[in-house]
Amino acid sequence: MALYNYLKNFFTRNGVFLSVFLLGVVGFWIFFLIILPQIFMFDFSFRFNLPPAEQGGPNDVYTISHYKFLLFGSALSEDSYNVIDLTVFLRTIVTAVFVTLFDFIICYPIAYYLAQVAKGGWARLMVLSLIVPFWVNEILRAFAFRIIFGSNGVINDALMAMGIVDDPYPFIRENIALYAGLGYAFVLLMIFPLYNAVESLDKNQIEAARDLGSPWWRIHWRVVMPFAKPGISSGCTMVFMLSAGALAAPQILGGPSSLWFTQIIYQWFNTGGNWPRGSAYAIVLLITSIVFVLLVMKIFKVKLGEIAR
Amino acid sequence: MSADVRLENVWIKFGSFVAAREIELTIKGGEFFSFLGPSGCGKTTILRAVSGFLKPSEGNILIGGKDMAGIGPNRRPTALIFQNLALFPLMTVWENITFALEVKGVNATERRKKADELLELIALPGQGEKMVGELSGGQRQRVAIARALAAEPEVLLLDEPLSALDLKLRQHMRTELRSIQRRVGITFIYITHDQGEALTMSDNVAVMRDGVIEQVGDGTTIYDAPGSPFVASFVGENNLFRGTVESVDNGMATVTTTVGTLLAKTPVTASNPLKVGDTAYVFQRPESLRFAKPDNQINRIKATIVNEEFEGNFWQVYFEVPGSTKPVKMSMVNDGSSSERRRGEVVELVCEPELSVALAEGPLAAE
Repeated sequence: MALYNYLKNFFTRNGVFLSVFLLGVVGFWIFFLIILPQIFMFDFSFRFNLPPAEQGGPNDVYTISHYKFLLFGSALSEDSYNVIDLTVFLRTIVTAVFVTLFDFIICYPIAYYLAQVAKGGWARLMVLSLIVPFWVNEILRAFAFRIIFGSNGVINDALMAMGIVDDPYPFIRENIALYAGLGYAFVLLMIFPLYNAVESLDKNQIEAARDLGSPWWRIHWRVVMPFAKPGISSGCTMVFMLSAGALAAPQILGGPSSLWFTQIIYQWFNTGGNWPRGSAYAIVLLITSIVFVLLVMKIFKVKLGEIAR
Repeated sequence: MSADVRLENVWIKFGSFVAAREIELTIKGGEFFSFLGPSGCGKTTILRAVSGFLKPSEGNILIGGKDMAGIGPNRRPTALIFQNLALFPLMTVWENITFALEVKGVNATERRKKADELLELIALPGQGEKMVGELSGGQRQRVAIARALAAEPEVLLLDEPLSALDLKLRQHMRTELRSIQRRVGITFIYITHDQGEALTMSDNVAVMRDGVIEQVGDGTTIYDAPGSPFVASFVGENNLFRGTVESVDNGMATVTTTVGTLLAKTPVTASNPLKVGDTAYVFQRPESLRFAKPDNQINRIKATIVNEEFEGNFWQVYFEVPGSTKPVKMSMVNDGSSSERRRGEVVELVCEPELSVALAEGPLAAE
C-alpha cells in the first residue's frame, strides 16, 4: 500500500513519460546489469565444469567443489591447503587495505585544503589538475608508471644521478610501482567524498576549536574528521573495493612473481576455461568486499544512507 | 582574572578597503564593553583582531598590557562566542563545555566535574549527556557561554550571540549575560547592532560607523549627549530639524529651522563644535516632545496630526511639519486618559531646550 502510494505520488510529480522512463532505465540497470549477472555467477559457481553437450544433462548437478578447491587445492597436491591461491587472496586484501590507507593519508590534506582553505580560481585550478590526468586511458596510465618506475626510468635515473643508489632499484619487482599505480588510480574516488564532507563543515567550528586553545591536529581529530566520517567511509570503501578488484594495473605493473587475486579469476575464466571455478573465486572476492564495507560501517558507526550522501 | 584591552592606532585593511581606521581605545579590566554599529561598520573585524584571527594592518593590540602581535588565537587569553555559536554537533553538551580542558590534557573525571559546575552556573544542571541538537536555542546559547568560560579567559568576546533568539528570550538573556559577567568578573567585549542590548548590558559603549569609532561613553551619555549626528540618529529614535546656527552661548545654541527658532544644548561630547552661521541639526527624542501648554514660551512647533498608533504602554503620534517630508514622532505614556486627538488637527508641540541637542551637520544613520 505504501509502495502504491509512493508510486502514485512519483507519477503525479514527474508525469507519466518521465516516470516510465526513470523507472524503466533504473530497473533495467539494476535487474539486467547487476542482479541477473550475479545470480548467474552464483549459480555457475556451484556447478561442475562440463562440456557444452553435457550441460543440463544428468551430470549437471550442484557441487561445492570449486570453493573446496580454493581452500584445499587439488587433490593431487602435497599441501593440505591451497597455499598459492590463498596467499594471493590474502595479499590482495591486505594490499588493498594499505592502498586505501595510503590514499586516505594523501587525500585528506588535499581535500581539506580544497574545501576549507583554497579560494576561488586557485581551488578550481587544483581540481582541474587532479582531474586532467584521468582523461588518459587507465592502461596507458599504467604503462606510463611502468616507464617512470622502470630500471631506466626517471626515478632511477634521478636516484643514481644523486648517488643515492648505485644500481637501479627494482621498483617493479618489489611491487612498489603497483602500489603507486593503484593508489594513484583511485585518488579522485577518495578526494571527492572527503571534499564533499569537509566542505559542508562550518568554518566557525574550526575557529572555535582553535580559539579554545586546540592545536591543529586535535582540531582534525575531534572536529573535522568526526564530521567527515561519512565521506571518509565512503571514500575508503570505494577505494578498497576497486583496488581489490583491479585487473589492469596488477597485470601491467605487478612484479613477475606476484599475482593479484583478480588475475587468478581471469585465468580461470580465460586461459583455464573453467568458468564455474572462476565464478566461485569471484563470489568469494565479492563477499569479502561486502563484509569489509559492513565492517567499516560498523567501526565508523555510519549508516548506508550517509555513505551514499 | 580580568585583563584590560588596549587598541593603539589600529588599522585593518582588506586590499584597498579600510575596515577599521585609527582605532584608539582602552577597555578596562572587568568591564562590560560593547561595540555598537550597523552591519559593515567594522565591529566584527575588530573583535576578530582582538581574538587573533585577523592581523591588524597597523597598530598594536595589548591584552593585560602584553602585546598580542604574533600570538595566535589558540594562545591568547581570550575566548570568542560566535554569532552562530559554533557548538560541536557531534559532541555531548559536557564534552562541548570542557573542550578547552580536554586540550589542556585534563582527565575525564576532572572535566566531568568542571562541566557539572558550569552547567550549574548556566542553570542547566543534569543536561550534560544530551547532544547539542537536543537543546533549545536559549539553552544552546548558555552552553556556548559555558564552553567559552571553561577556557578561563581573561577576556570574553561575544559576536552578536543573541541575534538568532526571539525577542522574549533575547531580553531574558541580556539580564542573564550581565549577571554572569558580574559573577565571573572578567572583561566582556560585546558586538551588536541592537542598541537596546548595548545600552542595557554595557558599562561603556563604542558607537562605530564605517570603520571609525564615533563616540565612546556609558549608555546615558551616548543616549542623552550624542557626540555626532550619526550617534544621535543611530541610537534610539530622534526627530531631526535642519537649520542655521544664530548664536552659541553657554552650552546652548539657537538654530533657525523650517519649524521656527529652536534652542538646544550643545553637548560637551560633540566631535565638531558649533559656530555661528553653520548648518546644524537639532535632535528631539519622541519621548521628550509633548503638547505645548500656554506658559511654554520657547521651542514651540506648529504641527498637524497625521496618524497615531496605540502600543499599549505608549501612544505613538505622528505629525506633519513645514519643510520636512518625514513625519515628526511623539511618544506619550498611556496614562488612561482617552484620546481627544483627531487627524488633521493643528496643534503646538514643545521640547525643553535641555532635552534638545544641537550638532554640526554630518552623516546620519541609514533608515
